[in-house]
Amino acid sequence: MTDVTDVTNAWVLKNGRVIDPRSGRDGHFDLRIEGGRIAAIGKDLPTDGVRSVEVPAGFVVTPGLIDMHVHLREPGQEHKETIATGTWSAVAGGFTAVACMPNTDPVNDSASVTQFILKRAAEANFARVYPIGAVSIGSQGSQLTEMGDLRTAGCVAFTDDGHPVATALLMRRALEYASMFDVPIIEHCEDPSLKGDGVAHEGAVASMLGLRGIPSVAESIMAERDISLAELTGGRVHLAHMSARQTLRAVRDGKSRGVKVTCEVAPHHFTLTDEALKEGAGYNTNLKMNPPLREEADRLAMVEGLRDGSIDVISTDHAPHHADEKALTFDHAPFGIVGLETCVPLCIDRLVHAGVISLSRLVELLSCRPAELLRIPGGTITVGAPADLTVLAPDASVTISAGALVSKSKNSPFDGWTLKGAAAATIVGGRVLYTNPAIPGAASLTPSWEN
Amino acid sequence: MTAAVRLRSRHLLGISDLDPSEIELILDTAVAMKEIGTRTIKKVPALRGRTVVNLFFEASTRTRLSFELAEKRLSADTMGITAAASSVIKGETLADTVRTLEAMSPDIIVLRHPSSGAPHLLSTFCHSGIVNAGDGMHEHPTQALLDALTIRERKGRLAGLKVAIVGDLMHSRVLRSNVLLLTKMGVEVRVCGPRTLMPLGLSALGVHVTYSLDEAVKDADVVMMLRLQHERMNGMFLPSLREYFTLFGLTRERLKHAAPDVIVMHPGPMNRGVEIDSVVADGPRSVILDQVANGVAVRMAVLYLLAGEDVTP
Amino acid sequence: MPAVMDADRIGRSLMRIAHEILEHNRGAENLALVGIRARGVPLAERLAANIVAAGGPSVPTGSLDITLYRDDLMRYQVGPQPILRRTDIPFSIDDRTILLVDDVLYTGRTIRSALDALIDFGRPTSIQLVVLVDRGHRELPIRADYVGRNVPTSRQQSVQVRVLEIDGRDEVEVHDAEVTS
Ligand SMILES: [Zn+2]
Repeated sequence: MTDVTDVTNAWVLKNGRVIDPRSGRDGHFDLRIEGGRIAAIGKDLPTDGVRSVEVPAGFVVTPGLIDMHVHLREPGQEHKETIATGTWSAVAGGFTAVACMPNTDPVNDSASVTQFILKRAAEANFARVYPIGAVSIGSQGSQLTEMGDLRTAGCVAFTDDGHPVATALLMRRALEYASMFDVPIIEHCEDPSLKGDGVAHEGAVASMLGLRGIPSVAESIMAERDISLAELTGGRVHLAHMSARQTLRAVRDGKSRGVKVTCEVAPHHFTLTDEALKEGAGYNTNLKMNPPLREEADRLAMVEGLRDGSIDVISTDHAPHHADEKALTFDHAPFGIVGLETCVPLCIDRLVHAGVISLSRLVELLSCRPAELLRIPGGTITVGAPADLTVLAPDASVTISAGALVSKSKNSPFDGWTLKGAAAATIVGGRVLYTNPAIPGAASLTPSWEN
Repeated sequence: MTAAVRLRSRHLLGISDLDPSEIELILDTAVAMKEIGTRTIKKVPALRGRTVVNLFFEASTRTRLSFELAEKRLSADTMGITAAASSVIKGETLADTVRTLEAMSPDIIVLRHPSSGAPHLLSTFCHSGIVNAGDGMHEHPTQALLDALTIRERKGRLAGLKVAIVGDLMHSRVLRSNVLLLTKMGVEVRVCGPRTLMPLGLSALGVHVTYSLDEAVKDADVVMMLRLQHERMNGMFLPSLREYFTLFGLTRERLKHAAPDVIVMHPGPMNRGVEIDSVVADGPRSVILDQVANGVAVRMAVLYLLAGEDVTP
Repeated sequence: MPAVMDADRIGRSLMRIAHEILEHNRGAENLALVGIRARGVPLAERLAANIVAAGGPSVPTGSLDITLYRDDLMRYQVGPQPILRRTDIPFSIDDRTILLVDDVLYTGRTIRSALDALIDFGRPTSIQLVVLVDRGHRELPIRADYVGRNVPTSRQQSVQVRVLEIDGRDEVEVHDAEVTS
């Protein structure tokens, strides 16, 4: 875990509407921050000479948002993203912490790689970084990594993301072994034989575009395997970037049986469908991701899962790729899109303003549940805890410009979208790291000494 | 159906972009182009001074020669570039190659590429007109147009005809372009092939889907056989060629249930004894050689209609 | 605008030209008529009938589409592109005298294209040009051998020829504004 606390400054974030689902707070409170931690929470706290920053009306203060599925690409693929640019992109999107996937080069399958990531993150000193280790050495699917060592070095979960855990036997052992450390296995659900060389959702759209399909059941079959193994072992399995309604059905069944299964969905899977592949000249490679954009019935199922609580987490699967890599034909372009800076506007616009969920429920999805699943600090605002806070402007209108993203890569399908709701400011360890220049009043959240 | 007076787009990316009146325009123009092939001097100066590049990332002798002949008959300056199969593996050669070509400012690029959507990608950054000569499993618009010309020539019309398309439907760009064209023109289309090679979503296009060759062929005015690619012949799509021919091979016996004046088509190259019996392929109902001749005329028509400066008179 | 030629006058002109053709070619052995699409084609057919009526032999008639020989290929974003129609010359033009027939002779560029097109079909003994109207303003060294009527015009004017077979009536009009025919 990185330490980015600020020990010198004390200040008061005054009279902001605080939404903190875990403490049950939803009202106007003052937050006193000292030494990078929350020192006091209350109404009309004395400012006794320390600086005081008034939260503009309409803004909402929440526990810092946590994205538990991010590809930071460093080490090895620094032309796509670095730990510094990725964590800055996180902060610009309202995230105070990210968990990063191990499919780097080399793979994060040893403590030395984990330590390298944490060192880089500390140097950057933006969002907190929680590394996720590989399940198998090189994510090759044969030999378990030294999970104990990785856990000690700072890994908070294990996954072979990019690929599923190769065999049922390996998954069984991984769940058993990781349960000793109370760490979840995060699964990229995909049956390799059914996926084949598919590049888009298997359905009428791919069929007419002449693109090889990836059937929905490629995902749900693997989910069912893993849920059964979690049931057998008592281990915790977390299904990453769910896209298919069949997978959600499997999760609901598992949960109802008491299996320790949790799941996440990415914003593109509850905002887009494969129909988008036909727009414009067609074949926009910024619509190519794995799992692929599915049908409207799947999109609606994801929205319903968010509404009824069967989905635990929203994470972005932030997957930066260089423009040259995405400028290939659809079948040759790599899978994945950036997501850190577009997540909050998409969630507030398409879920909160659309009446699907409350802002409080959104905070659970983007902060409370990730912290709980990964057993990391945050997810609630408590006295003594690090002052990691996100200030949201739910009613501000923003227009996404892919070219203006601070991520090193600009591969977003949401270029040009105008959405209502955004992160106004991001506070990590008591420091206001980012205020959103597109939102009127956000700049006033910067304490004077930060300038 | 009245023909359009011009094509709206500078590119021919697929039949999906054409409306019925544009299809009529291309076919009518092709009829006039066909006459040029009957002359002693089979050449007109229409595209004199225009440059056409044939960019083939996939081996295809027939289509390439057909385009080359069409270009030569229109007096265009042509260049052929056939990328080695090894460089096709990496898609990046497409953008790189085309940027180099653009320095020579070709008026039209004819592109054959193994990736679906490759011509669409090109059209987003390229100044030349793009003609899709086949992209992956997506479209092969000039093939569908030459098939339509052949049918219209033999039957005098398209609307109201019954056309059966049989074979590996999933991997066939000929199937997709033909289904789009024929349904736009009011043809009753039946498609037939093994379930393992049947793409999703065909019935939503108003096409009748069947796994019975006899049902597809019954009373058909046209039977169009598709090529079974060698790589599909083994493995999990089909148990054996013998069984494929038994279930889906077109024989004289099975053709008896078609309309008496049925015509048999094949985009070539044929696998004799796999999808079609030689007796049928070379028989009196076969119009396979007409298709080849019409290919040149249709490609002349497309090139002619796309060439030239865009002007407002 | 007044019609510079009515149906009667057009009819008489075509009959006179038929006689001139017979006279000029000493009978009509080895003659063939080729009409330039669109309105040259019915004019050529009428001339063929007139030659028979004037006591001459039956003269083979063909049609020529010169669209592919024009020197101004454009893609019109608004309005029509010239529609390509079939060229139909069902006889050998080698060692024949070809009478090329068009409705209006103006800059000469259409005739230049037609000559190119015709030459691609073979090597005629000679080519003679028949036009219903000569409106002047040549840009190429081309002249007609047989003219229905010379109509002096300005470049701003346009000449509209209508023929029964295509337009439902016979007449020639001169307009002050450009009218696309
Ligand atoms: Zn994944």
